[in-house]
Order: sequence, then C-alpha cells, then structure tokens
Amino acid sequence: MSTTDTDSAAEKAAGQASAKTAEQAADSGAGGAEERELGAAGSQLSTAPAEEINVPSLGPLGWARWFWRQLTSMRVALLLLFLLSLGAIPGSLIPQTSIDQLKVQDFKDKHPTVTPIYEKLQLFHVYSSVWFSAIYILLFISLIGCIVPRTWQFVGQLRGRPPAAPRRLTRLPAYTTWRSDAEPEKVLEAAQRIMKRRRFRSQLTGDAVAAEKGYLREVGNLLFHAALIVLLVSFAAGQLWKTEGSSLITEGGGFSNSLTQYDDIKTGQLFQSDDLAPFSFQLDRFHATYERSGPQMRTPRTFRADVTYWDGVDGAARKKSIKVNEPLEIQNYKVFLLNHGYSPVVTIRDGQGDVVHKGPVVGLPIDGANLTESMVIKLGDYRDKNGKRDQVAYQGQFLPTWVRSKGMFSQFPALDNPALVLTAYHGSLGIDGGTPQSVYQLDKSRMKQYLEPDGKTKFARALSPGDTMKLPNGEGTLTFDGVKSWASFQISHKPGDETALLGAVAALVGLVGSLFIQRRRVWVRAVRGDDGATVVEMAGLGRSEYAKLPEELAELAVRLQTDAPPADPEKPGDTAEPVDPADPAEGARA
Amino acid sequence: MNLAAAVNENLAHYSNVLIYTAMAVYTLAFLAHIAEWVFGSRSAVGRTAAAITPESAAANRASVTVQTAEKGGGTAVLERPKVITRSAPGSRDVPDGPGAAGGTEQGDVYGRIAVGLTVLAFLTHAGGVLTRALSVERAPWGNMYEFSTTFGMVAVATYLVLLALKKNVRWIGLPLVTTVLLDLGLAVSVLYTDSDQLVPALHSYWLWIHVSCAIISGASLYMGAVSTLLYLFRDRYEAQLENPEGKQYRQAVKSVLARVPSAASLDKFAYRINATVFPLWTFTIIAGAIWAEAAWGRYWGWDPKEVWSFITWVAYACYLHARATAGWKGRKAAYLALIAFGCYLFNYYGVNIFITGKHSYAGV
Repeated sequence: MSTTDTDSAAEKAAGQASAKTAEQAADSGAGGAEERELGAAGSQLSTAPAEEINVPSLGPLGWARWFWRQLTSMRVALLLLFLLSLGAIPGSLIPQTSIDQLKVQDFKDKHPTVTPIYEKLQLFHVYSSVWFSAIYILLFISLIGCIVPRTWQFVGQLRGRPPAAPRRLTRLPAYTTWRSDAEPEKVLEAAQRIMKRRRFRSQLTGDAVAAEKGYLREVGNLLFHAALIVLLVSFAAGQLWKTEGSSLITEGGGFSNSLTQYDDIKTGQLFQSDDLAPFSFQLDRFHATYERSGPQMRTPRTFRADVTYWDGVDGAARKKSIKVNEPLEIQNYKVFLLNHGYSPVVTIRDGQGDVVHKGPVVGLPIDGANLTESMVIKLGDYRDKNGKRDQVAYQGQFLPTWVRSKGMFSQFPALDNPALVLTAYHGSLGIDGGTPQSVYQLDKSRMKQYLEPDGKTKFARALSPGDTMKLPNGEGTLTFDGVKSWASFQISHKPGDETALLGAVAALVGLVGSLFIQRRRVWVRAVRGDDGATVVEMAGLGRSEYAKLPEELAELAVRLQTDAPPADPEKPGDTAEPVDPADPAEGARA
Repeated sequence: MNLAAAVNENLAHYSNVLIYTAMAVYTLAFLAHIAEWVFGSRSAVGRTAAAITPESAAANRASVTVQTAEKGGGTAVLERPKVITRSAPGSRDVPDGPGAAGGTEQGDVYGRIAVGLTVLAFLTHAGGVLTRALSVERAPWGNMYEFSTTFGMVAVATYLVLLALKKNVRWIGLPLVTTVLLDLGLAVSVLYTDSDQLVPALHSYWLWIHVSCAIISGASLYMGAVSTLLYLFRDRYEAQLENPEGKQYRQAVKSVLARVPSAASLDKFAYRINATVFPLWTFTIIAGAIWAEAAWGRYWGWDPKEVWSFITWVAYACYLHARATAGWKGRKAAYLALIAFGCYLFNYYGVNIFITGKHSYAGV
C-alpha cells in the first residue's frame, strides 16, 4: 500500500512490450529469456506488493494466510480507506455526545422513533463506535502488514546493486543510440563517472553500466505510512490519558488544580486523579470589547483574561493574559479561555440588619448575544424583622445594558448601563428536605411573592450599581454594589500532542518525497560493432508518471557524447537505429 | 489588541464596485469563449476523423530535443541525440485536439480576446479582493463571501500562470470563466457580508496560513476536477472512434470533444494537479489542527469541518492509491477524483450552510 506506486504498470508495460517482441522475433528463439531479463530490470523499482488473488488452500493456516494476504492487498486497503471516509460522514450529520451532549438530548427528544436504532448503531458516538474502530484498526493492521515487508525489501535493494541491463534496450520506454570512435571501455568508464556525478547508484556489469536514482521516493513512501501509525498511536495515547475540564471563575477568584475545583471534568480511561499536576491561577480582570455598529454589532472583538498564576505548590506568582488563541501553558497543561459573563455583586441584609450574603452571584445566561442573565439568590438562613426564621429568595434578571423602553432584555453585551431587576419571595425554599436543587431555579410552590404596600401590585425594583432595594415592611435590604466579570476556562492536559505533531510533519515530508521524487533506471551499453566502431546505446525506465525521462536521458547522452563523440554525424545513414527489422511500425511510431 | 481597526467604508465600497466590474468583464470573456468554440466548430468536424488516425499520432510523438548550454564557445555543434520514446501498450496514442478554435483564424482571434478579457477581469477581481483586505487591514478570508471571491481569484490565477508557462490549458478557459461567474454570483447575492472585523477566535496568524492553503488547494483541485470530468467524456469519445459501430455522441458533442486534449493528456493533467496539491491539502489540515489546538484546546475534535476535510483527504488518498493500482486506473480512478472534489465542495458549502460547528462565523 503506497500512495503512488505506479511502477507495476511500468513493469507490466515493459513486460508486455517484450512479450510482443517474443511473438514477432520468433527467429531469435530467445523470447522467453528476453522477457525474463527485462522483467529483472524492471523489477523492484518499488517495493509495491503485486496484485494477486490466490485460491486458498484448505486448512486453517491456508485460510489465515489467505485472509492476511487479502487484508494487506491494495484492493482491500482501498476498500477500507473508502469505508473510513464513508463511516466518518454520519458523525458530522448526527449530533455527537463527545461534542455537544445537549444537542444529542434535543435530537433524541425530537426523533423518538429512530433514537433506539441510532443508539444500537452507536451513531451518537461514531468515532468511538465499534464499527468505526474496526475499520481503522483493520486499516492500520493492513498498513503495518504492508510497510514492514516493504521496508525489508527496500533494505535489500539498498544493499544490492541496480539490476543489469536487459538484452534489448530498444524495448524500454526511452532509448537512444549512436556510433562513436571511442573505445567501449572508455565510454563505459565515462558513463559511470557521469552517473556518479549525477548521484545515480551505478555498477558495471559486462558490457553495460546500470544506474539507478530516486531511492528517496521509497523512503518517503515508507516514512509517510509509518508516520501515520505514529499519528494514530499518539492520538490514542492522548485520548487514554487526557484530562479536560472546565471551571468558572469570577474576577478575584482562583483555581487550583485538583478534582474538586473543576465544574466538570472528562478524563481518559487510564487517567488517575493523582496525576493532576500542582498549579493554580487567579483571575485578576477580564476585558471584552464588542462591535458597536454595523450589521455585526454585538459581535465580540476581543476577549482577554488577566491572570496571576503559580507554577507548583509554592512557585512564584507570575502574570499573563489569556486570550482566545493564546492559552496559558503550565506544566503540560493548557488553560484556554472559553466563555464569559457577569456576576452582580450584592450585599443582602435580613430583617435584623445582619448581612446574610455579600459577594458576587452567578446567573444563568439566557441571551448569548447581549448577555442577559437570569438571577436567583436563595437565602435559607434568614430572620424577618421580628427575628423569626424565614427563607427568602430574590429572582429576576441582570442586564448589562438596560434601556428602560426596551423591556427586560439587555440591548448590548458591554456594561453600558447595568441593571439588576429583581422581585422577592419568602416562605419555604424546599431545600430542607435534602432534595438537590438547581441553584439557577426557584421552586415557588411554597413561596409567597412580596407585594407593594397597596397590597395588589407585585413588588419589583430595577437597581443600578449603588442602589439599594428595601423589602416591604422592613423585611430586609439588597444593595447592588457593582458588577464583576466571570470567565470560564478549559483546563486540559493531553499527552502525545508533541508526538502527534512530529508524526504529522514526518507524514508531510514523506508524502512530498514519495510524490515528487521519481525513481528511474538508466542503462548504458557500449559494444564494438562489426565495422569496428563503438555502438553506444542508452535506455531509461521510470515510473509511468515520470514524463521527464526522455529529456533526462537525452541530457545524459549529451554529456556522454563529450567522451564518446558521435562518429561522422554528417553521414545520415551512419546513425544506426537498431530497431527490430521485423517490426518497422515500432520504429515509425517512435 | 487592535480594537476594531476602523473599517474604511470607502475602500469597502470600491471593493464591491471592483467585484461587480470583474463579473461584467468575466461575462464578456465568457461570450468571447463561446464565440471561439462556435467558430472553431466550423472546421473541426471534417478534420476530426483524420486527426485521430495513428499515422498523424506518430508525428506528435516526435523526438525530444535537449537544451544544453554550449561549453567553451567552440564552433563544433554537438549532435543532439534522438531519443525514441515508447508509450505504454494499451494506451490509445491519440493526439490532443487542436483547441477550442479548432485551427480557425476567427476562432483563434476570439480565443485570444477571451484570454485578454480574462486577464483584465482577473486584475479587477484581484483589486476587489485587495481593497476588501485593506478596508479591514486583515486577511480577506473571514466569511464565506470573502472566501468565495478569493477562491475564484486564485482559480483564475492558477489558470493564467499555467497559460503563461505555455502549458496546454486554454481548453479550460470556458468552464473556468463559467464557474468563476457562478462562484462570484453566489458570493454577491447569497453570501454577501459587509466588510467588518473578525470574531476573536479568528485573530491568529494561522488564519493566513491555514485559510490561504485551503483556498489554493481548492482552486487547484477544481482545475483537476474539470480536467477529470472532461476526461470521462473524451475517453468515451475516443472509445467511440475505435468502435464506430457502437453508440455515438451527437455531432455537436463530438465537435466539442474532438477539440479538447486527448484523454491521456487530460488524465495526466488531472493527476499531476491532484498529486501536487495533495501534500498542500495535508498541510492545510495539519495547520488547521495546530490552530485548533491553540484556539479550542484540542487539535482534533471531530468538528463537522474537520470531519469533512478528513473525508476529502481520505477520498484523494483513495484516488492516488487507485491510480497506482492497475485495475483501478482510468475511469474508476476518475470517478474517485470527482467524488473527492465533491467532498471538498460539500465541506465548503454544505458544512458551512447546513451544519453548525465551530467553523461557523459571521452568519454565513
């Protein structure tokens, strides 16, 4: 299996050409031998496996061998490649759990009939499904089964010498000849020198020089395929030992790398929690700018998180800005900026005037473009003005840019006119029973909304920073102190990234080598003719895609002619063209 | 960070005017090409049969001449060795067609006018892309409109460069101009987005590397795909010539196919382009993975765009392997090449429009 082994065709071409000659030149009687000879010359121009189908002999070993041969054949490799691309398609069309679990749930809710079928076919996690894995594992076994023998074969070729010249050089794809007065030995010597200078590997066998060049093509080819294996292995290692989690941090808040600090964390099958490297960081400030006009108004333009970080347990504090394309790199971990929003800072006092909450509260973003957040603040330990136990909840929305006439949704994502619009309830939050609750949702079934002093209108206030709202009857106060930004970070560690990059670069280098380097052979034969002059013959054989072969051969011939000048070029009949006399059409075709 | 480098409204406006102008000139080039093909058809029909016989083919397979600098300035002229080439048996040895003009003088004049107009349209087109880039002071590849306009520009540039290198590519003129018109038409009508700054995720020098490679790959692969498509028709046409009793194309189709290069030439041209671009496409994916690692924290996450670029890559790998396998050469490999290019196109239009993923930016 290789990307561009077209040489089998070239070999076949040479073989067929000689077969044709065998028929025509029946008188020579050496047709079969000739074919063999040319076969050897054309062989091993690459180590591509021959395409063959063997009828399996009986017995398990025979079958196993047959199966192995099938698996490592180009046809099956092609089929597997094709299946691989086909198999990748559903993963791009059906939501994947590895990418977006919410979308998968949404899809399942919308399509109840196909969901069980899809689940059975593992279509919600195509890339880790059994069948997709089977395709690529088979493909890689096929690949290994192909490149290992080819590597040995190639090593053998490197240790050997270019095959000797075929008897009839005229049969090769490019051929030239002339007569010279130079001694045959001198011509061959010169030919060898020229070939060496051109960095051909050459050797003298009998009356001919055999030379070969472009071995790096095969090196590139093997490198490319081996690099693909490196790539796959490092990708697999990354998946098995990875950790990838996220954490939401408000300005002034911090993160230290331990399991409890992650809001959610995904780890590979072989990861262990004591593998977490010790480091920590703190979000000092978050900056964001947005497009202020035009059709792309509100589109974020810059995000920047200024952090202070500590490398190790007691490392020195250092500062750094994390941007979307510039993660913080620390101890082989990378900290990426994912998302951001606002946390209003509030101080809440109960009916007794005691502070029951002071600090930022996180809301649930309900409008991605303008960053409106739905807020719920639950106060389970609260006393009313008479000192009686009560539970109070504030509910409402936070708007970074509040425009009174435009209602309860923010009009712009920046903090142009931040407002906190809240109403309040009291009663039972339903948290005492121990049932877990979402912090973003309020169970109002046992709560009573506060009313305005008129007893009818529901109590609600819109606060700007610095404002304080007072609950009716002196039940308590809430002061909107200001706004802090929060940012969510992805903290990930994937071993094998460097190896994967190395594999990718090696694959690319190998690919370029295997596509752009041409492997070809050139033979030069010099024999004394009947009339005493030396007949020089040159022929070349390359991959079928190598169109420059005739040019190269001609150029080599020009070089050689300085050492073996053509004899009496004026006399046209003198340049011999040893074409088969039995086949004049062949000559005409040339 | 460069806080929204103010959009130069004037330049953005010029850019739009230039693109529309380029479309008008491309239309003229299109008409000139049509004229070329029409005038060329007058002569071609009669000559077709004669042109395809092996005797004339022999003339095409002339010996190779070598250009080597004469050393020493001596007066002795070296005898140029005559290299005899032998094509693989089984190939048809059919010569290339005479080109769209079919050897007629009038057709050739129109063809030259068409090429001249294409050059003019290209300059206007390039001006449009350049002013667009200058108006926002960044690479003009932030949305589908910008990608499409640059894509068309690079496709025409590739064609003009090959033409300047005296490669036999004039036959591709008409399909190319037609597609570029379609591409630009789609860009200005459906995909148009006002000139503006980028979302933060695109603020990276990888934008220059990754997207430019994607555009160059696509534009070149497009040339390969046109050649492959034409190969399929020409191949059938040549098979019909060998077998005059069988089903035949209509005379008008024959007249067109007789004038394009031989199936072997088209196939070779397509292979060369695809094989040359394949490493570049590989690099595009690798560059994308490196960028994804920096921007999203993973180099490969099976995002739809990643999946489809992978599928495209595998499809082209299939094609290259198939071409190396004796039994899959020719038409079968050609179908694979077309499927592969189809994957590239789907990766661009299909994934951007129908599938939401991390590569969705700036609306469409």
